[in-house]
Amino acid sequence: MKTPALSVAVLVARRDLRLAFRKPSQLLQPLLFFLIVATLFPLTLTPELSRLRDAAPGVLWVGALLSSLLALEFLFREDAQDGTLEQFALSGQSLTWMLFAKTCTHWLLTGVPLALAAPLAAGALGVPTAAMPGLIAALLLGSFAMSLTGAISAGLTLGARRGGVLLSLLSLPLAVPILVFGADATQRAIAGDDFAAPMYLLGAIAVLGITLAPLAAAAAVRIGLE
Amino acid sequence: MLNVQGLHLWRGDRHVLRNVSFSVEPGRCALLTGRNGAGKTTLLRAIAGLLEPEEGAVTWRGAPARATRDAFHAETVYLGHEPPLKGDLTGRENLGFSVGIRRAVTAAEIDAALTRTGAREFADRQVRTLSAGQRRRIALAGVLLAEATLWLLDEPTTNLDADGQQLVAELAADHLAKQGLIVAAVHHSLPLPADRVVGIELAA
Repeated sequence: MKTPALSVAVLVARRDLRLAFRKPSQLLQPLLFFLIVATLFPLTLTPELSRLRDAAPGVLWVGALLSSLLALEFLFREDAQDGTLEQFALSGQSLTWMLFAKTCTHWLLTGVPLALAAPLAAGALGVPTAAMPGLIAALLLGSFAMSLTGAISAGLTLGARRGGVLLSLLSLPLAVPILVFGADATQRAIAGDDFAAPMYLLGAIAVLGITLAPLAAAAAVRIGLE
Repeated sequence: MLNVQGLHLWRGDRHVLRNVSFSVEPGRCALLTGRNGAGKTTLLRAIAGLLEPEEGAVTWRGAPARATRDAFHAETVYLGHEPPLKGDLTGRENLGFSVGIRRAVTAAEIDAALTRTGAREFADRQVRTLSAGQRRRIALAGVLLAEATLWLLDEPTTNLDADGQQLVAELAADHLAKQGLIVAAVHHSLPLPADRVVGIELAA
């Protein structure tokens, strides 16, 4: 009997979680990168909290974006190299659905820890405690959208020998709107204003990503496997 | 049942497959032979749907395999020359996943297949600690467990000892006896009953 779609997603997620915990350094690398970038700014910019606070949204979001680019490298590459991605494509199950499950797991392993660790870095940048929930929410949504759009670029660069630079170049234009609205939401949260509007826009990007990104990623991966 | 009609395929500026046509019926095995670079792997990958031929078609049960891709893949298992296993997972975990996404599989079934391919004693070790032959035995258990009608095998006996090569021949013979189909690329012939084998020589 063919495995139902939901069980397929669970199997994919369980496999990737298991693999991640057997090789935790790969997970920690993007997270540490983010924390290092964000904490270096207070040392180099100014010790004045009020000025740091103005720079905080930009610093946090650029750090998050670069860290997510670093993490995207691991999304499909290893599976493509050892041939297991081919087994995904030949399983008779929807590749779109499996890659969606894979991308969600990837977000769970990279985006969620980043959002949860962000208050550490934000504290050093003088972000008030009251703004932390808003910051975490915006980063959760934003990193999810980045994982989804990044999956397309990760799929497209599978065929390239050294895909890292190409991956960044392809991902950046797709990530800019996320960066803009995310930083805006964070800035408003820090100022104590209502930040619902940029969050809605981030949500809209995420929904668009859920709808289209897995389809595009699957098509890209099929080309990449040739 | 499997029909390959007029396949032409280019890799870059090399015309690798030139008008390849053959068909395989249930209980038959097509053995692809030819020199290195003659296009055996390319042909297998084109049949599996991993490569798109420039011209020609692969039909399965009378329908184009590409148009009915998921249904075709559900009945097909492809074993390339590198066993598709994750090094950080054990053999058993690898099979639980790769077979699990195709069909519901029990631990007892996995055990039985591992025993059949002689892989049971090392199935709980991480794959990266295994030898190439041991990996292949685990991958072969995966082929058995897939319960596919069509087996696409690329050099299935690579890295195997004499026992292992005998094992591949036995598994193939069993599969053919159950009216399965096999397309295999081989350097050394597989010892199969002559009436079940269709030889296809690819010219470089």
